[in-house]
Amino acid sequence: MATIRDRAPGPAGSGLNDDIGEQKRLALYRSQVRLREAEQRAFDLFLQNLVKGTSHLSLGQEAIAAGFAEAMVKGDLSFCTYRGHAHTLARGVPVEKVLGELMQRDNGLMRGKGGSMHLTSEEHGVMGSYAIIGAHLPIACGAAWRAQYKGDKDVSVCFFGDGTTNIGAFHEALNFAAVWKLPVIFVCENNLYMEYTPIGDVTAVPHPAADRASAYGLERIVIDGNDADECYRTAQKAFAKARAGAGPSLIECMTYRHSGHSRADPAKYRPEGELERWKLRDPIKIYRERLKQFGVSDAAIEAIDASVRKEVDDATEACKAAPPPPLDILTTDVYADGGWAWRN
Amino acid sequence: MPELSYRDAVVRGIAQEMARDPDVVFLGEDVAKAGGVFKATVGLYEQFGPLRVRDTPISEQAILGAAMGAAMTGLKPIAEIMFSDFFAVCFDYIANEFPKSRYMSNGQTKCPLVVRTGNGAGSRFGAQHSQSVENWCMMIPGLKVVAPSTPRDVIGLLAAAVRDPDPVIFLEHKSLYATKGEVPDGEIVDTLGTAKIVRPGKDCTIIALALMVSRALEAAEKLKAEHGIDCEVIDVRSLVPLDTQTILGSVAKTHRLFSVEENPRLCGWGAEIVSIVADEAFYDLDGPPVRITTPHIPLPAADILEDIVLPTPGRIVDTVRRSLGS
Repeated sequence: MATIRDRAPGPAGSGLNDDIGEQKRLALYRSQVRLREAEQRAFDLFLQNLVKGTSHLSLGQEAIAAGFAEAMVKGDLSFCTYRGHAHTLARGVPVEKVLGELMQRDNGLMRGKGGSMHLTSEEHGVMGSYAIIGAHLPIACGAAWRAQYKGDKDVSVCFFGDGTTNIGAFHEALNFAAVWKLPVIFVCENNLYMEYTPIGDVTAVPHPAADRASAYGLERIVIDGNDADECYRTAQKAFAKARAGAGPSLIECMTYRHSGHSRADPAKYRPEGELERWKLRDPIKIYRERLKQFGVSDAAIEAIDASVRKEVDDATEACKAAPPPPLDILTTDVYADGGWAWRN
Repeated sequence: MPELSYRDAVVRGIAQEMARDPDVVFLGEDVAKAGGVFKATVGLYEQFGPLRVRDTPISEQAILGAAMGAAMTGLKPIAEIMFSDFFAVCFDYIANEFPKSRYMSNGQTKCPLVVRTGNGAGSRFGAQHSQSVENWCMMIPGLKVVAPSTPRDVIGLLAAAVRDPDPVIFLEHKSLYATKGEVPDGEIVDTLGTAKIVRPGKDCTIIALALMVSRALEAAEKLKAEHGIDCEVIDVRSLVPLDTQTILGSVAKTHRLFSVEENPRLCGWGAEIVSIVADEAFYDLDGPPVRITTPHIPLPAADILEDIVLPTPGRIVDTVRRSLGS
């Protein structure tokens, strides 16, 4: 059976359509490079045994996180999965906070109490990263219900992988959001592999998210998830629809992860040459070429790259110098009174 | 004092809180237009309208997930899961999401919500619509767990649960819906984590929950009248937080402890309390604590079988009498 994997993407370039604008274009580039550098650093630190536990990188998938985050405004809410570093960083969370959490230091986003899979920064609109597949789709519906009930204008955006489309909560949430016309956007990052198994091997339809959309009365949307401009444009349309009270969107973004499922996975199940083919369409490579097409100088691009590298370098040093969390946080914040008492 | 049914107390409790706070919203299967399968939410849809009282699809994960997302972002949702047995199909929210988000986020995430559910046996519904699942919930750090036995407690504890900043599992007993009790007029607000001595006594302490409270009381009257044994009966009411002081204080007075539990025997809530008493009040005891429970079997449907499987007043009387050697 032919799978989506056989339909390798074509050459880069979407023409010189200047609807994005210079300022946003540079922001999209900077964001993608920042995600790439931070995640690459996380991998390097893992090799040095400084990142503990597990971690799931989005290397190769940066265009989606950057494109959607750049289309959000303050107050919009992100709900992420355990592969959530990129989406967290893309909302403006400092690299130090994320690396600190991965390195289980006291300067981490949650002071080491959550870890890589649960990045949360409510002040940035990052309403949590959820490690149980599908759990956060209904939760995003609830946040959108609150917006609808209170007349708030914010939109909830829920990111998840292709594997999520085969769990019950995905289908419950899609139906629920559609029936209640909730201001929520479901973004499927289809990187072709659930964990180790190709999604096409275990799914009845070629596009695991989009081909289910009609079951919930939603438009079938498949986009190039390696093109940040396309992600940004699609996001803007979905945001406008949600804010207008016209209900949810389900968007399937075709992409590819350059690394394995988690740090423990060397991804040997991939056919030879597949990674190399996709690397030709590396989202950052595509975007750098596009900047040049729009006349951005090599020096300007280099300056962005250098400033991002400095942020990541500085963050790395700060994290290495940071102490581990103090033991007295062990029993804090189990309950809303700040403690853990279950009896008198 | 006016009388009210346990069922109508649920309606009144929800209405009291919805009238007080516009952020309180209510969702579940058949709860709005139909008034609930147990008729415990009749009239709320008419009183508070379709934006605040919402029928959902049969999607328990969507119900609890949506309640959580709403709670995280400023509402105070009450979600109904029709039968507590259905917790098994949405247990991720009960076990992994509600109770852990605050801790994992280092205090950033709030989750002030109430899950109401029909719990317990007596309706001849068989093994998947009759369970007492309080111990499923009690074992999870981060949750609060409440089970009222009277109409007045339904209103007061429901109000306390809605106003509580933590996720609360509110277990209504299906066999109590038709029972009646005295309820004063006006607003009623109780306190979570407080047990109630419902019958003072000096010879032994019987702790019970929900439907088992009235059975323990009936047994206590018989034990007094027929055997001269004066039992103190405690309605535990709240498993988390647990009012251990009231229980330990009673044991210090009576020197004997019996639990009457509807849940199956292994890891029932009484086992935890017995363990606390053994740890902290061992020398107060004149004999071993005794647990009176449902045997460790799935619940049968037939009335003749279901009736003997739950602790009965007769079984409580026999057990206490034999244990006290009279």
